[in-house]
Formats: sequence, C-alpha cells, structure tokens
Amino acid sequence: MLAIYKRELKSYFQSMIGCVFVAFLVAFTGIYFMAYNLNAGYPYFSYTLSGSLLVFIVGIPLLTMRSFSEERKNKTDQLLLTAPVGLPQVVLGKYLAMVSVLAAPNIIFCLFPLIIKLQGISYLKVDYISIGVFFLLGCVYIAIGMFLSSLTESQIIAFITAFGVLLVLYLWDGILSFLPSSASSGVVGIIILLTIAVAYIQQMTGNWLISGGIELIGIAACVITYVMKSSLFENILTKILGKLALANVFMDITSNSIVDVSGIILYLSIIAVFIFLTVQTIQRRRWS
Amino acid sequence: MIEVKNLVKKYGNHLAIDNLSFKIEKGKIYGFLGPNGAGKSTTMNIMTGYLGATKGEVLINGHDILKEPREAKKYIGYLPELPPLYMEMTVLEYLDFAAELKGIPKGQRKSSVEEVLELVKLTDVRGRLIRNLSKGYRQRAGLAQAILGFPDIVILDEPTVGLDPKQIIEIRELIRKLAKDHTVILSSHILAEVKEVCDYIMIIAKGRLVASDTPDNLEHLMDDAKFIEIQAKAEPSRIKEILEPIQEISSVKMEEREDGTTFATLETKENTDIREKVFFAFADQKCPLLLLNTNNVSLEEIFLELTQGDGESKLLLSKREGDETDAGDL
Repeated sequence: MLAIYKRELKSYFQSMIGCVFVAFLVAFTGIYFMAYNLNAGYPYFSYTLSGSLLVFIVGIPLLTMRSFSEERKNKTDQLLLTAPVGLPQVVLGKYLAMVSVLAAPNIIFCLFPLIIKLQGISYLKVDYISIGVFFLLGCVYIAIGMFLSSLTESQIIAFITAFGVLLVLYLWDGILSFLPSSASSGVVGIIILLTIAVAYIQQMTGNWLISGGIELIGIAACVITYVMKSSLFENILTKILGKLALANVFMDITSNSIVDVSGIILYLSIIAVFIFLTVQTIQRRRWS
Repeated sequence: MIEVKNLVKKYGNHLAIDNLSFKIEKGKIYGFLGPNGAGKSTTMNIMTGYLGATKGEVLINGHDILKEPREAKKYIGYLPELPPLYMEMTVLEYLDFAAELKGIPKGQRKSSVEEVLELVKLTDVRGRLIRNLSKGYRQRAGLAQAILGFPDIVILDEPTVGLDPKQIIEIRELIRKLAKDHTVILSSHILAEVKEVCDYIMIIAKGRLVASDTPDNLEHLMDDAKFIEIQAKAEPSRIKEILEPIQEISSVKMEEREDGTTFATLETKENTDIREKVFFAFADQKCPLLLLNTNNVSLEEIFLELTQGDGESKLLLSKREGDETDAGDL
C-alpha cells in the first residue's frame, strides 16, 4: 500500500495536476480572503472557506479523474492487480494519496486565521474546525470522484460525471424543494429508491433470487407501514434525501458556528461506502 | 508448480476458454502457441490473477489464485501483452516501485533492481523517462519488472513482439538463462520462436488445448502417414515399372519435369522405411536416382492442421481423446 501511495503522490506533483490543484484552491481562497477578511474586515475565515467550496466542484474531479481510468487505459492496472497486494490496499493507497494532495492547501489555509489574529479579534476555534470539516468534505468528494473514475476508461468522462454529481450535490437544497411532501408520494419515492438500490445489487451479484427477494420484502414493508401509520411517510423524501446536501454540515459551521457531529459521522460513512464501492467495481470487472 | 483445472472463461456469450486443464512443472520453458484470439492472453491473465475465471481453478504451488491471491501471486512475475509501464517515471523509479510493490525487503531492493537492469541490458537508459524510450526498451523494462526478485514462475505474454532481430535473440538467450532455475511460460503466435526456445509446446485453439508435447514429439504426431519424395532421370512409365515390385507402396503421384526427370511422391502403407528398397530398385535398373527424401510433417503443418481444423480432423480427435485420459500427465 505504501508503495502505491508514494508513487501516486509523486506522480500528482510530477504531472502538474497536483500543483495546479493546490495553486487553484489557494489562489481562489486568497481572493476571497482578501475581499472578505482584509478589505471588508470580517473576522471569520470560515466564511471565506464557504466561498471556496465552489472551487472544489471543479478541482476535485480534476484530481480524481485519472485515478483509476488512466490505469485501466494504459493497462498498468495489470501490474497492480497481479502484484501480491490486496485490492483494498491498492484503492486505499490511491485514495490516501489524493487526500494528501488535498491536505496541502488545507495546511496553507491554517495560516489565514493567524493573519486575521494579527489584525485584531479572531475566532480561531471556529476557523480551525471549519478548515477541518472543509478538508473532510473534500475527502468525501474525492471518494465519490474516485468511484466514478473506476467506472470508466476515459478521464474526460470521469471528470464530467464527477463534476456533474458534485454540482448536483451543491445545488441539492434548491432541487429538494421541488419534491412532493404527501404521504402517498413518500411511499412511491421510497419504493423507487429501493428499486434503484436493488437494480445495483442485481447488476453486481447477478443473482435474481437475492435482489428479487429484497425488492419484494422492501415493497411489502413499505406498504404495510403505510397502511398502519401513513403519517410516517409525510416529508420522508425531503428528510432522507436532504441528508445528501452534504455541504450543509459545513455551512452550519461557517454561517451559524454549529458543529453537527452526526454530520461528521455521515461524512466518514460516505467515504467508507464509496471506497467499498470502488473496490467492488474493480473486483466485479475481473469477472465480466 | 502450476495446476490449471477445467478452466472456463466466458465474455458474455463468447466462450474464450473452453475447459482447459494442464499442469506445469518446474524448470522448463513452456510455450503457448495459437492463432490470434485463441485464448492465450486470457489464460495467462487468469493464471496471474488479473481476471477471474467463470469456472475452474488455478493452483500456484498449491495456493488457489483466487482464494489466497497474496500467497499465490508471490511466486509469479508477469509481463502482459502491453507492458504495464508508467510513462512519467524513469526506468529506475519504475523498477524501484515494482520492487516495493512485490514486497522485496528494503535492504535487497537496490541490489535486485541493479541485477535485473544488468540482465536485460537497461543500465544505459536507467535514468530516462519511460515515455521517451523506444518500443524495444519499453518491452525490456516490462520484462525487467516481471523477473524482478526472481519469482519461481515467469509468465511472458508475447515477449518478443516489436523487437528487432538482435533484441529477439538477446531476449531468447535471457529466457534460456532464466529457465535454468525458474519456470518460464511464454506465449507466441510465431512458430519458429516457440520451437526454438521451448521445451514443451501447448497448442491452443478456440480456447481448447489441442495438443501438448515436446517440439520433437509434436513433429512425429503425423508420422503414421509417411511420404517419400524421389526424383529420378527417367520417364514416369519407367519409374512405375521400377517401383512395381515394392509392395509397401500404396500410391504414387508423379510429375514430369522439363529437364527429362520425374518427381514422384510415394505413400507407404504403414510406418515403414522403404528408402533402402527404393534405392536398390533403381540401382538394379541402372536408373539414376537424383533425390530421395523422407517428407516429415513440419511443425507448421501440424499447427495449421490443429488450429484451423473444423474439429473433424483425425489428429485433433485422437489427440483430444488422449487428453481426457491423461490430462494431468503432461
């Protein structure tokens, strides 16, 4: 794992992508910092970071697009997969290398609150927590981007899909307001979500018995709960899908100084899920 | 060493490998021979754990490649069809990475990389980016990666493709050197190469093992129908007269040449050598015999017969019957 990690990290900085990413993020944050904190005199650096969030949407796909698609295209994955190294280690090595690239600008960000402190009042605790959560949110985005990269051989497609997914996540709050809130539409929505999940399971396992069974049991459970207590389904879609507005956890810190621990747990679990899915996708391809 | 049992690989509806079984023993050079698309690369990819098989199993020194991949992969060095090279690295960086990936202990890494560089003659270009190397050097870098740490089994998928004749000879020598204490498996669709290098040939066609034997034995496969070619200075009718007393001859095909000689192909009934009889028959009649030659079937013909036959070919059938009974007995 260490070998892959070192090689990846080196290649990010040799191939310029890493440098461009760091420069891009630091430059944009610098502009926001100058505008909000230096010119306008606002003492929270966390507010500046919330502006830089938009840079993630372009920057992270740039970082993740080549992770697996390039290996597959150049057939270098044959070296990794035939070496005496487990597949989870390969994926983790690559993931940690990308996380390390992301850590570089975040370490630079740690200087900004100190600059504010030099000028007078500062809120170091909020600022540092927000840098930490900002970094964690980036890690979530990297996990998603890495998964999308493992699905394709083309870096361009990997970039565009990751960009699209991150953009939708960014705009999620606005999209959410269009969802219906009645109980009956809640049931339908849940069943649709269930079917999508089952379709994925079916595609990965190829086992009709398991996927069909899950689908049937799920539908039965939904219908029975609906008949027993329909109020449970009111607003359920907004509640569940609202969790997908990942940036909200970060925004709570920057705008209200509220740290939502459950949100951080959500981040960590999404990272784990997407690393798992990446391993599964690569594993699955060996059998297709 | 390696045991492949009833391997089947399907790509959708396409059957790439059809019930392949064989055993590979230590210290020999094995050659996979077959036309393009016969399933050579797929077999190698499954043996090295890059692909999963639809059915069947591969045991490397007793370790199943799917169930205990880390143990099994330690014994294998693999050069795929396209060398898996990182273009942005130098040769030295690449081999250092490969050494670490293969789990060669830190203290030995440097010396084993140096040794391999020396062996494949890459020392001069060690500091250059792989991107800037020619095809031959890239192939050698891939080869260096495969033999790094000297694993017990070295699997090479078309190792000489894209090399110039001098490099081909060098690589062949290297393979022979390796085979002294390693098992080497290589694939090729070039007959001469396999015949030259390998101790044992496995001919694969349409995902099936159609023949497997030493190159010499393979050439004798079609011996039961033996032909003798002669050329004599006489009319066809005279030759027919001379040959009449020899009873072993089952049929004669004759062709008159412009220089007054006749070229004839004699087919014998059984696998008997009638050259002496033919010689004395012509000598007695004072008819000059210009050429007398047994026409052994070449490996080329066997290869064509085995790989292009529609499955009805006599040789194919008899050999496959044999395979079923002694599949583990290569």
